[in-house]
Amino acid sequence: MGWETWVITTLSRSLAYGTPLLLGTLGEIYAERSGVLNLGVEGMMIMGAYSAFTTAYITGNPWLGILAGAVVGGAFSLIHAFTSVTLKANQVVSGLSLTMLGLGLSGVLGRGWEGKPLPVPLPKITISALSNIPFLGPILFKGQNLIVYLTIFLVPLLWYILYRTRIGITIRSVGESPATADSLGINVNRVRYMCVLLGGVLAGMAGGYLSVAYRPAWTEGMTAGMGWIVIALTIFAFWNPAYGMLGAYLFAALYHLSYRLQPWVSPELLKAMPYAFAIIILIFVSRGTLQKRMGAPAALTLPYTRGEE
Amino acid sequence: MKKRMGFKVERRPVASGRVVFLVSLLAIFAAFVVAGIFFRIYGVSPIRAYQLILRGSLGSRFGLAETVRRVIPLLLCGVGLTIAFRALFWNIGAEGQLLMGAVAAAGVALFSGLPGPLLLPTMFIGGFIGGAAWGLIPAILKVMLGLNDVITTLMMNYIAIYFLEWLIHGPWKGPTARGFAYTDTFQIAARLPTVYGTRIHWPTLILGLILAVVMYVVVTRTRSGFEIRVVGDNPDAARFAGISQLKTTLLVMLISGGFAGLAGVGEVAGIHLRLLGPNNISMGYGYTAIIVAWLARRNPLAVIVTALLFGVIMTGGDVIKVSLGLPFQLINVFNGLILFFLIGSEILLRYRISFSLRR
Amino acid sequence: MDNSEGYAIELRGIVKRFPDVIANNGIDLKVRRGEIHCLLGENGAGKTTLMRVLYGLYRPEEGEIILNGQPVQMNSPRAALNHHIGMIHQHFRLVSTLSVEENIVLGLDEGTGPFMNFRKARAKISAIANEYGLSVDPQTKIWQLAVGQQQRVEILKALYREVDILIMDEPTSVLTPQEVDQLFTTLRTLVDDGLTIIFITHKLDEVMQVSNRVTVLRKGKVVATLLTNETDKPTLARLMVGREVVFRLEKSPKELKEKLLDVNDLHALNDRGLPALRGVSFDLFGGEILGVAGVSGNGQYELAEVLTGLRKATKGKVLLAKKEVTNCSAREMNNLNVAHIPAERIRMGIVPALSIRENLILKKYRYSPFSHGEFLNYKEIEENAHRAMSDYQIAAPSCETPVKLLSGGNIQKVVLARELSENPSLIVAVHPTYGLDIGATEQVRQILLAQRERGAATLLISEDLEEIMTMSDRILVLFNGEVMGILEAESADIEKIGLMMAGTRHKGEKL
Repeated sequence: MGWETWVITTLSRSLAYGTPLLLGTLGEIYAERSGVLNLGVEGMMIMGAYSAFTTAYITGNPWLGILAGAVVGGAFSLIHAFTSVTLKANQVVSGLSLTMLGLGLSGVLGRGWEGKPLPVPLPKITISALSNIPFLGPILFKGQNLIVYLTIFLVPLLWYILYRTRIGITIRSVGESPATADSLGINVNRVRYMCVLLGGVLAGMAGGYLSVAYRPAWTEGMTAGMGWIVIALTIFAFWNPAYGMLGAYLFAALYHLSYRLQPWVSPELLKAMPYAFAIIILIFVSRGTLQKRMGAPAALTLPYTRGEE
Repeated sequence: MKKRMGFKVERRPVASGRVVFLVSLLAIFAAFVVAGIFFRIYGVSPIRAYQLILRGSLGSRFGLAETVRRVIPLLLCGVGLTIAFRALFWNIGAEGQLLMGAVAAAGVALFSGLPGPLLLPTMFIGGFIGGAAWGLIPAILKVMLGLNDVITTLMMNYIAIYFLEWLIHGPWKGPTARGFAYTDTFQIAARLPTVYGTRIHWPTLILGLILAVVMYVVVTRTRSGFEIRVVGDNPDAARFAGISQLKTTLLVMLISGGFAGLAGVGEVAGIHLRLLGPNNISMGYGYTAIIVAWLARRNPLAVIVTALLFGVIMTGGDVIKVSLGLPFQLINVFNGLILFFLIGSEILLRYRISFSLRR
Repeated sequence: MDNSEGYAIELRGIVKRFPDVIANNGIDLKVRRGEIHCLLGENGAGKTTLMRVLYGLYRPEEGEIILNGQPVQMNSPRAALNHHIGMIHQHFRLVSTLSVEENIVLGLDEGTGPFMNFRKARAKISAIANEYGLSVDPQTKIWQLAVGQQQRVEILKALYREVDILIMDEPTSVLTPQEVDQLFTTLRTLVDDGLTIIFITHKLDEVMQVSNRVTVLRKGKVVATLLTNETDKPTLARLMVGREVVFRLEKSPKELKEKLLDVNDLHALNDRGLPALRGVSFDLFGGEILGVAGVSGNGQYELAEVLTGLRKATKGKVLLAKKEVTNCSAREMNNLNVAHIPAERIRMGIVPALSIRENLILKKYRYSPFSHGEFLNYKEIEENAHRAMSDYQIAAPSCETPVKLLSGGNIQKVVLARELSENPSLIVAVHPTYGLDIGATEQVRQILLAQRERGAATLLISEDLEEIMTMSDRILVLFNGEVMGILEAESADIEKIGLMMAGTRHKGEKL
């Protein structure tokens, strides 16, 4: 009996912890699909966490907090878009600088906020009727909050948009062959701005979720490298939102299990797994046809200028 | 060429050294000004803050020592990175290479059973190999399979971090105090001598300075340096000239990873005298070294200056924490701003605005 | 019938200038509705430029575009599409990871917001495909398709956008013979349905086979517009290459040394894996210049790369001074004193950020006196640079100036100085005077002639027929990766060469 409870608890926790991972990954998938590598995710997440917490604290409304997190994350990402797309500067360095800025800024501004509990966190929801479904019920419908459901809903939506709509085709062509897209009248830069912005908004929301719902408090550096896992997860997901969901929840589960599994596998090695897997997957898709089927967008990290034509 | 009113904006063919220098200064200045805003928010005058920083990090004996101590790993990593960047290999993994160097050195120190006099040299060799091996993996992946160097080196950082965590919590676990894990302390023979009263492990410092000069000579005056420069500027011409891109890439990452590894040796054998958690060994040296190398415009000699600058900044963080009660994190804001303005200012290097009276 | 109403397209007085060349010099072109009109000419004649003007990619300095009697402004490809003009470029504009149908609808507003009604699009695509016999599974990804099928997707793309006028730029350059036949069948079907097709080519057979009328361009001007069934290949060839008396350079009589290069049945693939060289054989002697004529894309680049160690031959043998050198590496060919003056001097020939003196030793830096062991000997390097700069009259502030700051002519002279300084036995020169002004061109040619006098064997690959005729002792013509013929330059008839360049084998053998 205890065994089953343990599994249910773990899965339920994984759903909760996997949510910010998934949000960040979904956003980064879109950004990278349009050809822009955003290494500033960590910075955007933590700034989102900070702004969400303080806004929720001051206004007493956790939803305003989430909104603030999204806005701040978005604002940061616009800076990245400006340097990467308009100024055509090195995307790696731009992203890294924004992460440093975000970490530093949130540490500086957040100093007075540590240790303060959030009076009105995002409410936990239990749908009593559904939570009685054996096994799935307690996982999905007990004690989760709205953001978790929103994120789950985002997956099929973003998947559908990317693969079945005109917008998605446009995004994918911009990331794959911007010259072709440009020659067909698509505004490459605008598409990239939009995708990077989405990435920032979702990253900010993810951070906000952490500080307003998951663990309603503010601690310096509370994202603890989640942004970097997101980068790894994007690769693990083959830049596909559906696999992103799989990856995010899987790694959330591993993370939770890492201490439980301690007698058999050391937790540190488990934590290294997302990164090792990302490299393995990159190796896997590096071969010719696989590259085309599931590899990275061909124009990733390459700024686009209209050529001689 | 666009003509607008009385001035035109045109592409600059190549920026002279003077312009590059001025633009870099401008970027740093802009960063300081913006950071100054934060000082204001805390009610501190920026001028006073900067004065304190300078005095604290360079003016007092203790401060200077702390600054120099931070310069050492920045110098070593930075020099290595200039070489990698010259060959257009974006090594974001100096952090991980540093840690692996530290691991290797600790391994030798704690478990090799070598006699005293052999320990330190072997630790340095081991550290170099550890860092180099960690750097060669992404290099091989790039050359053989075309994998993106940024992502692979970044991922390797985290693998290194957790590997280290595993070691100190697991097989190499020593006494644990207050929840922090670390290994046993190194024996005396495995400790680097330091300047009296400070934490400056001078052998590593001298090593770093020598390597900076050596690499400058290598880049400008040797065959390998020539090949690196050709590969980094025009891989097609390199192929045309029969230069092997494979060999060159492996060589630069051997150097870059190896030097970062040496920095790691210095940290554990000179300062901590044991293997600690990754956040304690490296306070982001590997990442800060990227800015150091970038600002030095990939010139190994200039790294000496830029490493010093960032050493001052990092010590400045302690200063403002202690003297002004401001959070250390302000340093990250600094670094982020400098890096940001640096790349932002590169547009000034690519284009120039000239005023003319002609229409 | 000369009234504007009969013409789908009329171009009047089109002038398009680029920084160092006038690509279109007052071109008048009239294309009738429902015809297949070929634009014939060599490289640099201005055909692609003209069509890009029509398609809105370029804006002409002068001239008008008149469609169906109305003058129009072509500001962009979007405008061209709005006027129902479509263009299929030589290099396809397709996104390889997307599917056929995704590529076809890319960039189009389907009207109903951001979401896509794929069912409707798919139906339309099927309808068009069936009507014109262009069968392709709409859901396959582009990278899975053969080149001929990819071209079909491009055609479908244009038809989906309801073009009336279709411009095709050298469409057969990447097709197999069967695919070419299929393409022509498709074109005839399209034309039966009322489309107008403009077809850029340099292949006379195609012109004769598929066009109604043909316009010949040369050096930016229209030479003639003819009804295809009222002309023949020799006439077209002559028009294409011109008949001016070619000014011959002062050249000492040929003094042949021994046979240096023996190329036998050479086969090689191009970057796309298609055959580029199909059994090329020829000899080359010391003291002579063998000019390789032919329109770009017929195997010349690949030939140069195989001979200099930059590309593998799949079959055949190359003997240099009786020693087999097939598939030696670039470095080995360097060591054997083979000089290579590359086609793209900036992309391949120099290291832009490095100084002149360093570029000059790009191939020799490993050897003394330029290096002792690991260290470079900058004193020697500098002296070498001074010597080279004076010998070759390279104008620059100093030998430490970065090469990218030099003019095109000086850059080429740096390349020449580097390649020719060791008195090479074999020189492979590809478009050596491309993009250079008259003075620099003169200098480069003199340098090559001096090498010839010294006894070097030179393979001169050039698209400039005049250059070939002037400089060469013998002329070899490449078409489609095969040798069409080898002639003595003095007795070479420009018409014969033109025919060979466009696909007719020498001595009257037809392809």
